[in-house]
Amino acid sequence: MTLKTPINPARRDFLKTSAIAGGGLVLGFYFDAASGAGKVLAKSTPHDHAGEFRPNAFIRIAPDGKVTLISKQPEIGQGIKTSLPMVIAEELEVNWQDVVIVQGDLDPIYGSQSAGGSRSTPTNYEEFHKLGATARTLLIQAAALTWKLPAEELVARDSAVHHLASGRQLSYGKLAPIAAKLPVPPAEQVKLKDPQEFRLLGKRIGGVDNPAVVTGKPLFGIDVQLPGLLYATYVKSPAFAGKVVSANLDEIKRLPGVRDAFVIDGTANLKGLLPGVAIVADSTWAAFSARKQLKVSWDAGTVADQSWHGFAKQAEALYKQPAGEILRNDGDVEAALAKAEITVETKYRYPFISHASIEPQNATAWVKDGDIEIWAPTQNPEAGQKIVTEVLGIPKDKITLHITRSGGGFGRRLIPDYIIEAAAIAQRVNGPVKLTWTREDDLQHDQYRAGGFHYLRGGIDAAGRLSAWHNHFVTFSHPVFKDGKPVVELGAGANLSGDEFPGRWIPNCRIEHTALECGIPMGPWRAPRSNVLAWVFHSFIDELAHAAGKDPLAFRLELLGDKGFLPGTGDQGIPYDVNRMKHVLNHVAEKAEWGKKPFPRGQGQGIAFHFSHRGYIAQVAEVTVSKDGKLKVDRVVVSTDIGAQIVNLSGAENQVQGSVVDGLGALLLQELDIDKGRIVQSNFGDYPMIRMGDAPTKIEVHFLKTDFPVTGLGEPALPPLAPAVCNAIFAAIGVRVRELPLRKTDLSWS
Amino acid sequence: MSQYTININGTAKNLEAAADTPLLWVLRDQLKLVGTKFGCGIGQCGACTVHLDGVPTRSCVTPISEVGSREVTTIEGLSKHGDHPLQQAWQELDVPQCGYCQAGQIMTAAALLKKSHKPTDQEIDAALDGNLCRCGTYLRIRAGIHRAAELAAQEAV
Repeated sequence: MTLKTPINPARRDFLKTSAIAGGGLVLGFYFDAASGAGKVLAKSTPHDHAGEFRPNAFIRIAPDGKVTLISKQPEIGQGIKTSLPMVIAEELEVNWQDVVIVQGDLDPIYGSQSAGGSRSTPTNYEEFHKLGATARTLLIQAAALTWKLPAEELVARDSAVHHLASGRQLSYGKLAPIAAKLPVPPAEQVKLKDPQEFRLLGKRIGGVDNPAVVTGKPLFGIDVQLPGLLYATYVKSPAFAGKVVSANLDEIKRLPGVRDAFVIDGTANLKGLLPGVAIVADSTWAAFSARKQLKVSWDAGTVADQSWHGFAKQAEALYKQPAGEILRNDGDVEAALAKAEITVETKYRYPFISHASIEPQNATAWVKDGDIEIWAPTQNPEAGQKIVTEVLGIPKDKITLHITRSGGGFGRRLIPDYIIEAAAIAQRVNGPVKLTWTREDDLQHDQYRAGGFHYLRGGIDAAGRLSAWHNHFVTFSHPVFKDGKPVVELGAGANLSGDEFPGRWIPNCRIEHTALECGIPMGPWRAPRSNVLAWVFHSFIDELAHAAGKDPLAFRLELLGDKGFLPGTGDQGIPYDVNRMKHVLNHVAEKAEWGKKPFPRGQGQGIAFHFSHRGYIAQVAEVTVSKDGKLKVDRVVVSTDIGAQIVNLSGAENQVQGSVVDGLGALLLQELDIDKGRIVQSNFGDYPMIRMGDAPTKIEVHFLKTDFPVTGLGEPALPPLAPAVCNAIFAAIGVRVRELPLRKTDLSWS
Repeated sequence: MSQYTININGTAKNLEAAADTPLLWVLRDQLKLVGTKFGCGIGQCGACTVHLDGVPTRSCVTPISEVGSREVTTIEGLSKHGDHPLQQAWQELDVPQCGYCQAGQIMTAAALLKKSHKPTDQEIDAALDGNLCRCGTYLRIRAGIHRAAELAAQEAV
């Protein structure tokens, strides 16, 4: 795509732009970048740009009536480029079909632009209402001035202000130059709409980029085109973070289409610029072809001794040793287990998995006179900018970063390794250069969802209640860089909170972990930690329910009890509203007719719930297991409580359906083996992903409307799927799945 | 490097490329038709699907030297105005999430609809088996194909 700089007059210093923009008043509001939470601050400054009305950094109304809204968060498939502007449009009273959405570049004026942790909606929702309402208030004031009428007699609707008594109306385009000269009203004069009067929020609205998606228009990072663009590939050590000892660079440089080949020393930062060999060529294929001739001698150090098999052996030895850290220790677990009527002791384990977004990692960079311009499919543009400064010493104000659409994120694009690689290569190239990872690069140099090992014991007392819980979690730490300094810490998502359910519900409860240090990169994978802990804990709870001879739903409801609201323990704790969870759990049971339908052997229902990313979600899965062990998920029912308002019903439903399919894919298929410090699998041939035929036949999604704040949906619907399916398998054939992926468990029966 | 004349979306294009260059990279890097996507490079994900004389083909494993006189159709050439029944249905049902795989899904589905005007779920699952959607929009893709079949039937009346 020929990239124009998107409309963004205020790249570095928003307030300065008023001086060049031709008088009037700019800017009422901007996001407080320091807080990162999107706090709206009122400033009375010019917001007239040649008759264009710009009440804040996110809204532009031109005299011809064109309404442009800025999307600040990266679009990775979660639908934020559609949903957040919908919030502004609702309050602004513009016709959605008249609105143009533009992706904002990285700019502190927008506040935090990272898309992770399902935070984009909850941190922006209220503020975006205020942004739209303030602009609407100014437009009404402009009409009031024009007509010399009290503002109270006027209403805004359909991109115009109306005086209903006289039938007069003025379009927003006509009002824009007048509104642009008005001072921004104080917050108390800005009235938000009554949710009863929402006309747009809660409706099914198609993604704003859909027309471009279905016609193949350039949208994604990999689609970036620039005059004189060169193409690069970057080859890293198969064993992580290995250094380049030697490479046949002279031979590579002579290959057709190759412009240059060079070693980048890099750093030891697994989330940064690792050592490697760059090949720059006239085309992607010339670069990819040349790397087939590349011979590198690597020094991988001790990581080359690491293997999954070795980790599993260590975990077995560690289970019954004293743990590295005790995360919760309530009551006396050993005494309670000794006293218990029934005890269950078991182990669960799961492998490392990859994000495997279909758009491989890529970035385009262009170094010009000490400045660098970057185009990247990223979830975390701030991290991209930060690492370019850290590693290359280019100051922040010399870095321009354009956020492109991402072909999937799932947490992978929070880590800016591919951005710093492109930037480092661009420093050696005269002109723009696009780095494209091969699929093999992507799978073998991911920031993986960590594997893990759980030793679990549970005790049921004489009353059939869960009286004791012990979990020793063997997990992984690795060396990473914090603000440029090396530290060893748990992998992102390889952690566990002592508050994780059922951590505060059982009188005798010990939760502890031991970390194996490894040299494998780990990073957040959709619903970090929850994506697999929910499977472990809700599978084991199901085992305990069956051991107690109780219905799995009744057992869970009894376990949740009447605790009401539980605050989190300490800084890292998890606040938990037990009533909200019971609400969705009862709801899903009702919708799925839990326990009311007879299932023949080979078919069954399973139930699970999980709280993560502020969302309360319960699921029931119905499965059929054929005698030869083939699993089909026939139906999944999902009940969610993510607060008072669904922003875009179509997008929200799509996220839940996608989470169910994604959760099922990870459960059934995904597995990486590690040998000699490297990933064994290389592409979708040996790393299968879920295909259409394995997707559930039916997914029913229910959104419970509650009075709670509006929260995000990119992640929380994923975790309950795996335990719901595995619990259904147990109900169907009596086989308990304790190792992932599920394809390793024989499900045949007779 | 060799000279080739390739028929793409109704136009003959002259170009120079190494014989083993996959059609995918000719489309993307040389002809700037970037709707056809790179996903795996080994024909496993379907993101690069184009039509060769109407047959859905993985352009990432099709060397330019083997294209010959066959008509290449990419997502950009599927319809003149972006209104193929599948393109309409995809927007009506809001099928995409990230959207990266969808051009490949649509191209595979378009070939299916030519063969089977009213495909069953089973036919759809079989035909689309080679196209990964990492976001998991499979249920909407399936529904989109059914809807497109309806739209096509209406247009035919």
